[in-house]
Amino acid sequence: MNFPKSKLERKIFINIIKEKIFFLIIFIFSITVIFLVLIILFYIFKKGIANINIDLFIHNPKPTGEPGGGVLNAIVGSLILVFFASLFAIPIGVMAGIYLADAKKSKFIDTIRLFVDVLQSVPSIVIGIVVYGWLVVPMRSFSAISGSVALAIMMLPVIIKNTEETLKLIPYSIKEAAYALGVPYYKIIFKVVLPCGISGIVTGIIVALARIIGETAPLLFTAFGNHFFSTSLLKPIEAIPHIIFKYATSPYEDWQNIAWGASLLLVIFVLSLNFLSKVVLKKWKVKF
Amino acid sequence: MAKENAILKEDSFIFKRILFSFNVLLLVLLGAIFITLFVFSIPAIKKFGLSFLVNTTWDPVIGEFGALPFIVGTVLTSFIALFLSIPFSFSVSIFLTEYFPSGRLSNLLTSALELLAGIPSIIYGMWGLFILAPVIRELQIKLGLPPYGVGIFTASIVLTLMIIPYSSSISREVISLVPNDLKEAAYSLGATKYEVIKKVIFPYSSSGIFAGLLLSLGRALGETMAVTMVIGNSYFLPKNIFSPAHTIASIIANEFTEATDPVYTSALIELGMILFVITFIFSLIGRIIVKKFTVGEE
Repeated sequence: MNFPKSKLERKIFINIIKEKIFFLIIFIFSITVIFLVLIILFYIFKKGIANINIDLFIHNPKPTGEPGGGVLNAIVGSLILVFFASLFAIPIGVMAGIYLADAKKSKFIDTIRLFVDVLQSVPSIVIGIVVYGWLVVPMRSFSAISGSVALAIMMLPVIIKNTEETLKLIPYSIKEAAYALGVPYYKIIFKVVLPCGISGIVTGIIVALARIIGETAPLLFTAFGNHFFSTSLLKPIEAIPHIIFKYATSPYEDWQNIAWGASLLLVIFVLSLNFLSKVVLKKWKVKF
Repeated sequence: MAKENAILKEDSFIFKRILFSFNVLLLVLLGAIFITLFVFSIPAIKKFGLSFLVNTTWDPVIGEFGALPFIVGTVLTSFIALFLSIPFSFSVSIFLTEYFPSGRLSNLLTSALELLAGIPSIIYGMWGLFILAPVIRELQIKLGLPPYGVGIFTASIVLTLMIIPYSSSISREVISLVPNDLKEAAYSLGATKYEVIKKVIFPYSSSGIFAGLLLSLGRALGETMAVTMVIGNSYFLPKNIFSPAHTIASIIANEFTEATDPVYTSALIELGMILFVITFIFSLIGRIIVKKFTVGEE
């Protein structure tokens, strides 16, 4: 490149150089993020694959030093916790979302929308304490059901927001057509609105599930963890993220290895749920 | 809704009321969370009053509880994390809005962010404890510091990773709302991309980006598991950014089930209330700014 002679040319030259440097900085930082993700996933897979085996799925935890310990009770426990959490959260969340999508603009509705967002940012440990106060103290025992309630509170805002945003996109003409036929409001919701928005609602539910299955903090004082196999709703129950925490912070190497195996299991589970949510969104989408 | 008749109106009304009640339930829920926290922390508030916030001694054995070390620990970890995450989240949002709005690179980065956001916090904790902490320990040996490995700095790095997807998604949303004609006007005057970003996009979206930072800060403050695993558990005021410490969330996670004394439990719940109130305020302000920003666009 010829060195610029005039003042103006020099200024342009400097500007172009600045632009290139700026781009380079942006580029490097962005690519670093990709690499960071790869590094994290690499170690989880490397350590996880070395420690994942059939024992993990078919055995309950064993005392340290005894080979063949697994996390069967935690897998079953997590499924129970998540199932009951969904049972509480899905109807409430979807109903609230339907109302918000349909509501006329008002101060009250705006406040609710704002609070749904705020609820999403309540620290999970705080939800754990609160549910401890609501359920564990009166029942005088840690229990699976209290864990489910804590997880349900965490699911709610995700489901509500997804439902609301999907249903808002449904053209009013479709509802109007149903109104014109004299269809009552609740039937319009169940037969017209919900089927049209089903992809978004199901996506919201799956995303919420992916969020809560890895949650540990709200379970610490509610589900509490259990060294034995339990399916009772009124007794403490183990969950995968909780057993990872317990084993990872223990001083025994064999327990730490099980924690790595369980971590990989959890990551695969969460990532496939996230993937599934995308497939559902694409496949079930109703086009208008 | 031109042809609604009376019967239709009636049953539509009832059904709408039912749906409405679910929304009221939400408000009740949020109120109930605060009231519960407050009621359970009354014994501690009565006993310690405001000195709870400035006392540096936390000793369950003699029954003295002061929250200052944990407040300092929380603020330090979150602010360092926020500070470290700014260049990344800013770069990512500019990268995805101005330089590569679509294409293979953009898809790659977007999925990387999604992965980062999807990984559960306990997994970050595992990674921080077993992979990152040894690296930090080496660094501390080289710097001549006590080689704990775990501590504020380690926790901050883990937190940084966790908030990058969050803050970049908000600033990306905000930056994408900058009107095209403003940008095009600048380009037509011969501005380079760097100049457009610095003089048009950044001033226009700064309030939204600030809101994004507030929301990320709220998230970092309340993050529990990952921090609990790598913070190092110390009851004392941290001496430097490598010392072990405790955050509000981590002390609750570690000690809540061990607390036998009612005042002890209550002090922990009061900590929870402080955390709740701070994150509540941050996310409320952040949301209001973002909302104003997006509504102003329409």
